[in-house]
Parts: sequence; C-alpha cells; structure tokens
Amino acid sequence: MAKERKKIDFKKLDELPPMVMSLRSMAANPTGSWRNLKPVIDLGNCIQCTICWKFCPDAAIDLVDDNPVVNLDFCKGCGICAEECPKKCIQMVKEGK
Amino acid sequence: MKKVMMGNHAISYGATLARVQVIAAYPITPQTQVVELLSEIVADQRLKAEFIKVESEHSAMAACIGASSAGARAFTATSSQGLALMHELLHWSAGARLPIVMANINRAMAPPWNIWTDQNDSLSQRDTGWMQFYCQSNQEVLDTVIMAYKVAEKVLMPVMIVLDAFSLSHTYEIVDLPDQAVVDKYLPPFDYQYKLDVKNPHTYGGLTTPEWYMEFRIKMHEAMDQALVEIKKEADVFEKAFGRRYDTVDPYMMEDAETVLVTSGTAASTARFTVDQLRAQGKKVGNLRMRVLRPFPFADVRAQLKNAKKVIVIDRNISFGYHGIWAQEVKSALYGHSQVPVFNFIAGLGGRDIFPETISDIVALVDKKKKPDQELYWVEVKR
Amino acid sequence: MKPTLPLEELMSPGHLACQGCGAGIAMRTTLKALGRDTIFTFPACCWTVIDGPFPYSCLEVPLLHMAFEATAATASGIKAAMDALGKSKTTICGWAGDGGTFDIGLQALSGAAERNDDIFYFCYDNEAYMNTGIQRSGATPYGAWTTTTPVKHFKKEVKKSIDDIVAAHKVPYQATASVAYPEDLYKKLIKAKEIRGFKFIHIIAPCPPGWKARPEDTVKLARLAVQTGVFPVYEVENGKYAQTLKTANRKPVLEYLKLQGRFKHLKETDVAQVQQLVDRRYAELEKRFQEK
Repeated sequence: MAKERKKIDFKKLDELPPMVMSLRSMAANPTGSWRNLKPVIDLGNCIQCTICWKFCPDAAIDLVDDNPVVNLDFCKGCGICAEECPKKCIQMVKEGK
Repeated sequence: MKKVMMGNHAISYGATLARVQVIAAYPITPQTQVVELLSEIVADQRLKAEFIKVESEHSAMAACIGASSAGARAFTATSSQGLALMHELLHWSAGARLPIVMANINRAMAPPWNIWTDQNDSLSQRDTGWMQFYCQSNQEVLDTVIMAYKVAEKVLMPVMIVLDAFSLSHTYEIVDLPDQAVVDKYLPPFDYQYKLDVKNPHTYGGLTTPEWYMEFRIKMHEAMDQALVEIKKEADVFEKAFGRRYDTVDPYMMEDAETVLVTSGTAASTARFTVDQLRAQGKKVGNLRMRVLRPFPFADVRAQLKNAKKVIVIDRNISFGYHGIWAQEVKSALYGHSQVPVFNFIAGLGGRDIFPETISDIVALVDKKKKPDQELYWVEVKR
Repeated sequence: MKPTLPLEELMSPGHLACQGCGAGIAMRTTLKALGRDTIFTFPACCWTVIDGPFPYSCLEVPLLHMAFEATAATASGIKAAMDALGKSKTTICGWAGDGGTFDIGLQALSGAAERNDDIFYFCYDNEAYMNTGIQRSGATPYGAWTTTTPVKHFKKEVKKSIDDIVAAHKVPYQATASVAYPEDLYKKLIKAKEIRGFKFIHIIAPCPPGWKARPEDTVKLARLAVQTGVFPVYEVENGKYAQTLKTANRKPVLEYLKLQGRFKHLKETDVAQVQQLVDRRYAELEKRFQEK
C-alpha cells in the first residue's frame, strides 16, 4: 500500500469503498509526537549488533549502511532499544534537547 | 429433469447448481437433510466444494464470512436456535458486504423446545441487513437459491431463503432440476472485487469513527434499494432462462378482491385453497403472498392493496408487546397511502396447523367487523 | 554484524500500539518469517486498534477483522476458500489475544484444531483483556492485579493451560515463544510453514500499561519469563515435546514479579505460591522434554 504521508480526505460518498477497507498505510500517522524521551545513538561505540533494530515494536529504527538510525517521525520513545543495547550506547534524552 | 424431493434437498440441489465453493454448516433439526445431501454430493465430487464441519452455527457463519471475503461462493443453512446463535454475524456479514446465501428453515424459538414451523426466528433478524425470501414450494426454494446468488453478488448484500419446517422442508414435491449449463449461463462465477488478495493487500472491517460510520450504513441501505431493482429485473431474466416467474409478491385472485389475505410460506398455499372455496360462495376474497421481506417491496404492496376494503394479515409469529411482524410491515407501508383497515391474526405458532377452516373462520369474523376492535386476534388458542 | 532476521518490513511504523508493546514485536517478527503470501484475520483485540482506523492500515498483507469469538472459524473459512480457488500455498493465520483464545475464542479454536484445519493460530498473550482496559482473562496468572481482580481480590485462579488444551487435540505442531527471543520464533515459523495441518503458536507479549511495567522493560520481562520458567519455551511436533530455550538454572520468580506493578501487592507467601506453581508446571514439562 502507498506509504504516503498525506492523510486521506473524502469529499463525496462515491469516493468511499462499499465496505470499510484500508486505502493507505499508517505511515501517514507520525507517532513521533507521542514521546517525551528520544533515543540518541552513539555510533562511535555501536557494534552494529542490530539488536535495537530487531526489538523496536514500531519498526522505527532503520539500518542504514549497517548503522542503526532512529526514525524520529515515528519513534514513541519506549526505551527498549536503550535498555537492550549490549554496549549501552543509546541514551534516552528528554525531548527538546 | 423432474425429481420428487423434499424441500431440504431442493436447497441442496440449488446450492449444487449454483456451484457453491465453500459450505460451512452445523446440524439442527429440521435442516439436517440439507447438509447431509450436500455432504454426499461433495464426497461424490458432483460438486467441487470445501465442506467445513464447523462446531457451531456461529462458527458456520464465521467460516462463511472468511470464505466469502476470500472470494469464494459461500453457503450455509440453519434454523431457529442456530440462526439466533449467528445473530451477531448476520449483522457482520451484511456490514462486510458479503454475498453469502443461507437457507433458514423457519422453526419455533425455545423455550419451549419446539421443532415445528414458526417465523419468529427469521423475522427477528429483519434488521440485520440480510435480504429475506419466503418460499412456498420446493421448486421456488431451488430456484431462489440460484436467483439469490445472482442478486447478492450484484449488490453485495447477503440473502436468507426461508422455508417452513416440515410443511416444506420435509414435504416431497416434484421439482424440475434445471440443466447445469442453463444455470451457468444465468449465474456467472463469483468475481469479488474486494477479496483478500496477497497481490493487492487491504485491511477489511476495521475501526471507523462517527465521522465515516454513517456513510457505510447508507451505502448498505442504498444497496438494498438497488437489490429491489435487481429482484424485479431478475423476475424477467429468470423467467426467460428457466420458464418460471418469481416476483416480490405473489397475488392470487387480487384483481377484484375486497377482502385480502396477506400470507407467507406454506400458509399462503392454504390461503389460496381457501380463497377458491370462498370465491365459490361468492365472496370477493384474494390472497397476497409476501415473498420478499427485505428489501421491503413498498410499491408492490401499496399497489396490490390499493382497492382492498379489508386487509387480513395472518402472522405465524408475534412480536411480544406489539403485533405480528408482517402486520407491522404492511401497516407501515400503507400509512399515508391507504386507510384500509388491517386485521392482524396470530395463527400457527410452533407448527400448529393452519387449516382452510382456520382461514375461512378468520374471514367470517372479519366480515362481521367494519374495522379491528382488537390490536390483534389470536386464532384457536385454548383459553 | 548481519541482522538475524530479514530486513524487509511488512509492517509500517505509525501504528497505534502503546510505547513498548510486546504485541508489536510479536507481529513484526512473525511477518518477517511468513512473508507476503500470508493472510491474517484478527478478532476484537489490541491489534484491532493497533492496525489503525479506516482508511489506514499498518500491514502489508491482507487482513480481515472479525468478531471476538470467531478467529479460528474465520481462518478455517478463508483457508477453505483459498483451497477452492486453487491458492493453497498462501499461509492463512488467525492472530488473537489471550481473551479471544483462552476464553471467548476457545470453542472455535477447539473446532479448528480438532478438524486439523491447515491454518496458523497465533495467540499473543498479554495475560488480560488489555484492549478493553485490563480486565482479567483465563490467561491472567495467579496473583495478578487487574481491574476485575483488584488488589483485595487478586486473581486466585491459575493461568489456564491453553497449550495442554491444544495438545489434547493432537495437532501436528504447536509452540510457545517469547518476544525476547525473535530468532527462536522465526526459526519455528519457517519450519512450521511447511507443515500441513493446525499449528498453534503461543507468544508471551508483555504489556506495559497492563502489567504496570516500564515500557523499556518489555523485552527484559519477556526474557525473565523464560529464564524464571514462568513461560517455558518449547515446541511439540506430533506429540513430541522439545524445549527450544533451555533454562538450566532458573532464576527465582521474584526477579520477574518485582518489575511489574500488577504483582506489587503480593506478600512473601503469595510469591512462594507463585514459585511453587511455576516449579510444578516446569517439572511437568521437563518430564515431557525427556520422553523419547
């Protein structure tokens, strides 16, 4: 399904399908606004074990050239990545810092 | 090819000819023969279908919903308690816009346990969004299964085919089995545009806020309006293909009728017989058999009852604290269109026989009254 | 280091799971194992909401939402249709919470298991009716607070043994799994995908709000559940039990309980009771693991 950011806005009854069905991805819903804390990864100490990537319930960590990169549009700040990091190189930092 | 068969088997043959692909059913008297024969037919590979021997009627409808959502033609059959158990999913299948066809054998609701004919089971489902067709002959039952899929798949709303317990389900009549080739020409394969498809993945049935819920409900209602159009159209198309005609209502001796009996199911056959008797005595009586309950054929009912001086609705059901249900439906349709007095008689509950004498007694009583002096009349009840 | 799981995501972010949701990890891992040729059906459960409201979804595979008690029957219906339509290769999955599995969904589960319908049935177990606000279910463990087992009347009944119930149906494959060990779950699903017949996967999925635990502790709790023997992880193939996550020296249950506010009220005697229940169950299973 299209991973577009724009929310869908129906103008006419005809634009709706006959029954309730999905037409677009939830990627249109940036859940980054939920968090109070955000993960900051120290790539210098990161051993690229991919543990933070695999445990994120929101698939909000991407592996870019083997490095974990937090997708701040979606990260809810749960802290699992920081908790599970074997090198403790992820800090949960207050938003706004 | 003509065959003598019981009503239940007419259902089985109808489903076979309609090439149903998934059957999920649970046994209940008096529906059992429907699924027993279908089991045999599937085992013999006379019908290529998957038969899921579910562990309850609720699961039967759940399996049909799953199957229909995946794009297969789904079928089930039940009665009374089983239909009641499915209730939640009757709402669901209609809201999910799935063209499931189900045969319901009209059987009394318990307690007391009673396996004989009564319409409370199907009539209390009239708000779920299912179309409902009431049949009076085994031929009509078989034909309606085929027609039901045609209409259901056009408008994407499910259909219930209703027949009386024992009076029809277990009564043997001659039925003309149409050729499979003729049925195939009339009823194309099910091609569901919104099926579960890994190549085109979507989520169906999800959460909807008040912002959009009503819009989906009006779509269902409009689909029912369209269903009425399709049913009228299919009356012609089916007749052309099979030589038999079925409309929303089935009028008998209505042209000059002053007293009209409004009946449904096998009671309508008895009513027609009684009409002949009363006509022989010079009484201007007619019978209007109601075939389609939902979508309600407002225009046809109003037209048929336009010249009636008295309307007698015989209800084989009761909405406790109110009236018989067909009477409610008819009165509501006539409101603002006609002032004709409507007499509501409750008869035949729990399979008590409705004899020609029962009906002629009803007519005799109505003859003596200008208009009803009771909300409803209970027939032949021991007091 | 190479990732231990495929990179492709069949679940997008932006879904409505709580922070630290165990059920989110469970689905993410499952999708990586099953791939695109998969169809899901959910009953009423957290995932009904997590997937997102109309007109959105976070899944890249087809999903049919359905009524609460009907998961296994719906999945059986979908499978029958796919067979009738010549699409037998597609993996059909029921995916339900503990309420929709242990309690209201038990009948349909039993029916599908008895018929040996060729479907996966996943139960992501957060041990209460979380979606409706943390009411107790048959899966709620002894000692837990829930909104319907308040502290003064905490749950005295033991957790229903759903795995034994399923095993009694002699299904070809069943397994337990923990979101703390995604590779174990992944491996099991890759194997199970090739098995024809009913497959039951029971995943412990901690719930921060319902367990009154910190969201960052979800994986830790799912790990401790295994390490203490609270949630033994094994598989059963045609009746043969095999433990897939060995726990040689089980940690005391207190280490698991103390991280959860839902057990805060337990006295020493209650904790001892929990330990006894865990030990007894673990001993039962050890016997089965050792059988040839």
